[in-house]
Amino acid sequence: MAAGDIAWVLMSSALVLFMTPGLALFYGGMVRAKNVLNMLMMNFFTISIVTIVWVAVGYSIAFGGDGGGVIGTFNDVGLSGLAGEDLLFAMFQLTFAIITPALISGAVAGRMKFTAWVMFTALWAVLVYPVVAHWAWEGWLLDLGAIDFAGGLVVHINAGVAALALVIVLGPRKGFGREAFRPHSLPLTLLGTGILWFGWFGFNAGSAFAANDLAVNAMVTTQIGASLGALGWVLAEWRKTGAPTTLGAASGAIAGLVAITPAAGFVGPGSAFVFGLAAGVLCYGAVSLKFRFGYDDSLDVVGVHLVGGIVGSLLLGVLAQASINGVDGALYGNIELLWFQFVGVIAVLAFSFVVSWLIATVVDRTVGLRSEQNDELEGLDIALHEERAYILTESR
Amino acid sequence: MKLVVAYIKNFKLDDVKDALKKAGVSGMTVSDVLGFGRQSGQTEVYRGAEYNVDFIPKVRIEVIVGDDMVAPTVDAIEVSARTGDIGDGKIAVLDVGEIVRIRTGERGVDAL
Repeated sequence: MAAGDIAWVLMSSALVLFMTPGLALFYGGMVRAKNVLNMLMMNFFTISIVTIVWVAVGYSIAFGGDGGGVIGTFNDVGLSGLAGEDLLFAMFQLTFAIITPALISGAVAGRMKFTAWVMFTALWAVLVYPVVAHWAWEGWLLDLGAIDFAGGLVVHINAGVAALALVIVLGPRKGFGREAFRPHSLPLTLLGTGILWFGWFGFNAGSAFAANDLAVNAMVTTQIGASLGALGWVLAEWRKTGAPTTLGAASGAIAGLVAITPAAGFVGPGSAFVFGLAAGVLCYGAVSLKFRFGYDDSLDVVGVHLVGGIVGSLLLGVLAQASINGVDGALYGNIELLWFQFVGVIAVLAFSFVVSWLIATVVDRTVGLRSEQNDELEGLDIALHEERAYILTESR
Repeated sequence: MKLVVAYIKNFKLDDVKDALKKAGVSGMTVSDVLGFGRQSGQTEVYRGAEYNVDFIPKVRIEVIVGDDMVAPTVDAIEVSARTGDIGDGKIAVLDVGEIVRIRTGERGVDAL
C-alpha cells in the first residue's frame, strides 16, 4: 500500500472514530436535561465495549476469510498475525463497528438500564454487526451483486431496524405521545451534527481505502448529500408547520448523509442531489410514523437511519453509474441491480430484526432492559450515574 | 411596610429597574419564573411534532418598601412594564411583618 493511501486511511479511521462522540452530542442535545449524561455515556462506553469485542472476535467473524458466504472464520481472533494493510483495515472497520450500535442508543433514550445497554451492545457487536458486514462486503450479498459502498445496509439499515426491534421489547417512555419530550439543548445537537458531517468524510471517502479518484468522488457526493438533505427536510417542514427549524436542518443533513453512504463511490455529483433531497423529504415524513404506530423510537433512529438507508440503497439500484465505479443501475440499463439492492435490503432487515429482537429478549429476561420507574421519572443521570450535567446555581 | 411583587415580561426588566431607581427604591430581587395567565401558552415544533407549552417565561420582581413608598413603587412598575399587549403581567402588594438587616441587626424601616 502506498504511503499516501496509508496516510488517508489512518486519518479516515480517526475521522470515523470522532463521529461517535459527535453522535453523542447530536443525541444528547435532543434528550431532556435529566438524561443527557446517560445518553452521552451510552455512546462513549460503546467505543470501549466494541473495541474489545471487535479485537477479540468481531473482526474475524466479519473479515477473517469466508465460511460459505455467511460468516467469516475464527482465524483472526485477537487480530493475531495481522500487520500492515490488514491491521489498518481492521482499525478502519472497527470505527464502523463502534458507531453502528451507538446509533441504536438514540431509540432507547431515557428508560434503559445501563447494564442492559452494555450487554445488548456487546452481544449485538458479535452476533449481528459482523455477520451483516460479512454478507455485504465479503460474502453472499456481494457475490449476488448487491453493492454498499460505505454502509447503507451494514450500518444504517442494520442499526435502524435493530433499534425498532429493541424499542418494541423495551416499551415506550412513560408519557410517550402525551407529554412534550423537548430537546434540552439544540446547540449541542448542531455541534454534534457538525462533527458527524466532518467525520463522514472519513466514513465515505475513507471507504475507497485509498487516496484516489474514487475517494475524491465520495467526498464530493457526501457533501452534496448532506447539503441537499438539510435543504429537503427544512423545505418540507417549513411548508407543513410554518417554520425552518435548526433541528430540521440537523436532521435533514444526517438523513442526506445516511442516504448517500451506500452510493458515495458509485454515483456522481449530479445523482447525489437526488439522494440528498429524497432523503430529506422522505425522512421528514417518516419521523411521524412512530406516533401513528405507537413505538417510542425516541430520537428517530428508524425514521432517519432505517428509512434513509433504504432510500439510499434502493436509489443506488437506479442511479449507479459504471463510469464512476464499474456498476450501472436501472436508469442506465441494468435493472438487475435494483433487484439485488432490494434483496440486500430485505435480507438485512429480516436478519437484523430477528436477531436483535432475540438479544433484546434475552437481556430483558436476565438483567432486565427497563430502568426502575422512579429512576426514569427522576432522570437516569442521577439514578444510574450519580451525576448531573448542569450545576448552574450554588443552591442545588 | 409592604412587599411589592410584580410578574412582568422579560424584556421589560431593564425599564422597570430604571423606573424603580428613579422612584427612589433602594433594592430589588429578581427571579426567572414560568407561568400562564390569559396569554396562555405557546406552540413549539420539534421534528414535526407540535407541543403546546403552557408555561411561558416571565420575570418576578420583589421590592420591600415603607408604607409611604408603596404608591410610587407600584406606579413606577405599572407604567414602565406596560406594553398594552396581553401578557404584561400583574402587581401584588402584601403586608410585611418584620424586616431584619442581617449585617447590623437593624429592625423595621431602618433595615430597608
